[in-house]
Amino acid sequence: MGKVAIIGVGQSRFVRSYPGAIRELVFDGFKEAVTDAGMTSKDIGASVVCSAPEYDKQRSPAGVFAEYLGLNPQPTFYAESLCSSSSMGLRLAYSLVKSGLHDVIAVIGFQKMSEISSSESQERMGRGADIQWESPFGTMMPAYYAMHAQAHMNRYGTTLDDLALIRVKAATYGQINDRAVYRKPVTADMFTDPDSIMSNPVSSPLRVGDCCANADGSSCIIVASEEKARAFSKKPVWILGLGAASASVNLAGRDHFTGLKAAKQAADQAYQMAGVAPADIDVAEVHDCFTIAEMMAYENLGFAEPGQGLELIRNKETYKEGRIPVNVDGGLLSKGHPIGATGGSQIRTIVLQLRDEAGDIQVKDPRIGLIHNIGGVGLYGNVTILGRE
Amino acid sequence: MGKKKDIDDRFKKFGTVSFTSTTKVNDFIDHMKNDRVMGSNCKSCGQKYFPPRADCHACFSSDMEWFEITGTGKLLTYSKLAFAPVGFQEDVPYSIAVLDYGEFKVFGRIAADMADEEVEIGMAMKTIVNRLPNDQLNFVFQKG
Repeated sequence: MGKVAIIGVGQSRFVRSYPGAIRELVFDGFKEAVTDAGMTSKDIGASVVCSAPEYDKQRSPAGVFAEYLGLNPQPTFYAESLCSSSSMGLRLAYSLVKSGLHDVIAVIGFQKMSEISSSESQERMGRGADIQWESPFGTMMPAYYAMHAQAHMNRYGTTLDDLALIRVKAATYGQINDRAVYRKPVTADMFTDPDSIMSNPVSSPLRVGDCCANADGSSCIIVASEEKARAFSKKPVWILGLGAASASVNLAGRDHFTGLKAAKQAADQAYQMAGVAPADIDVAEVHDCFTIAEMMAYENLGFAEPGQGLELIRNKETYKEGRIPVNVDGGLLSKGHPIGATGGSQIRTIVLQLRDEAGDIQVKDPRIGLIHNIGGVGLYGNVTILGRE
Repeated sequence: MGKKKDIDDRFKKFGTVSFTSTTKVNDFIDHMKNDRVMGSNCKSCGQKYFPPRADCHACFSSDMEWFEITGTGKLLTYSKLAFAPVGFQEDVPYSIAVLDYGEFKVFGRIAADMADEEVEIGMAMKTIVNRLPNDQLNFVFQKG
């Protein structure tokens, strides 16, 4: 069996409230990706639709999209692993191509979170945790990540200022990303200024500035066999490594709170499959749904030893010019987090980097890139390693 | 009209808002009414579980017995919420936390009457049954 490539990427603008229907939202990302691949809908053998379906009013959106995108009569089906749904979709697409069952797959990620109110959305996100034994206590995503921040700070001496620096970096690049929701500058001072919204408490020790925002958006990745990739693409990007793991949903089943075990396990698998080490990664996208999540990602991915992640951000080593550039598209913190679309947006950024087409955020001559995409509070971990020719 | 079936929905008493009404470990609620927080122990292989379970994933036995959470656990981490999801707004602010009892861990809330400055990672805490204003039951952690 030959290699498997990504030959097209697309994403919609991520916005707080998309003024259209979900089929129109996915059209934006799909059109860009299929055009990027030099294809039409007729060239797509099957589509994998990735989202957290509890936000939708439409039952089984995949069928609706297939019609709207001109994908009938090709098969279409759902992939769901909360916020890492589209990385899981990529994993499925890889296996469908590798098996020879299909030679071109569209991985379509989307979420229109504005279909429901913000508090309802928080409640649904909380239900991504253990609804029998945790949700009755009144849990929310920020609180779970805050528990990890509390443990990380206690164990390693990480400070609130370190976490603020991660948001400052995100905003540095978010300002120049025209697809991002949040494009204003953020300074470290804002986190201690009571007049700034950034300093408002959400769940101790996390503040508003430590949290990404809900968003509406879509993404699309075109995955192809080596033969199709050679026929259609001048710059195929190859899937070198895929890692995926799961962990106990109830935090009572976790053995520590200073990192995410599923992320570490997924990273180990991806590095092994790709035959590369953390030091070989030239550019990375990590799942910074909260500032602490990026800090833990540095350590779970081996960019820093456990407890040393804070040195990376203090020394600006994860900036564009640094040793290991991370989230130079602004990350979830700037782009917003339309759950099912997020992984595809991260993959898009790395593909554009490896094709040397990332514009203002282009890292110098990257050969190998990594995507770290997490579902729930480390319930699902997905790590993908991509390489150019 | 058919005869109305009796549904054992005791678990809807658990927490400020319960999202589960039927479970094979419904007796957990009866134990809470008697001020006991219980885990389950597999009679076949001895594996201890908290939260309690009806089935053992280690040996696939469903022959479980209850054991009471007694003594103290060590506070592993916590967070105090300034916002709450739908249905929990009346409870704000409150803190959620995890205690480590060695053989198992417990996820719950820190007792509302504990001052923030008293809470410290590593401290010994005990798990006790708590009666909520809306007549629901949960359990909270108090200084051990």
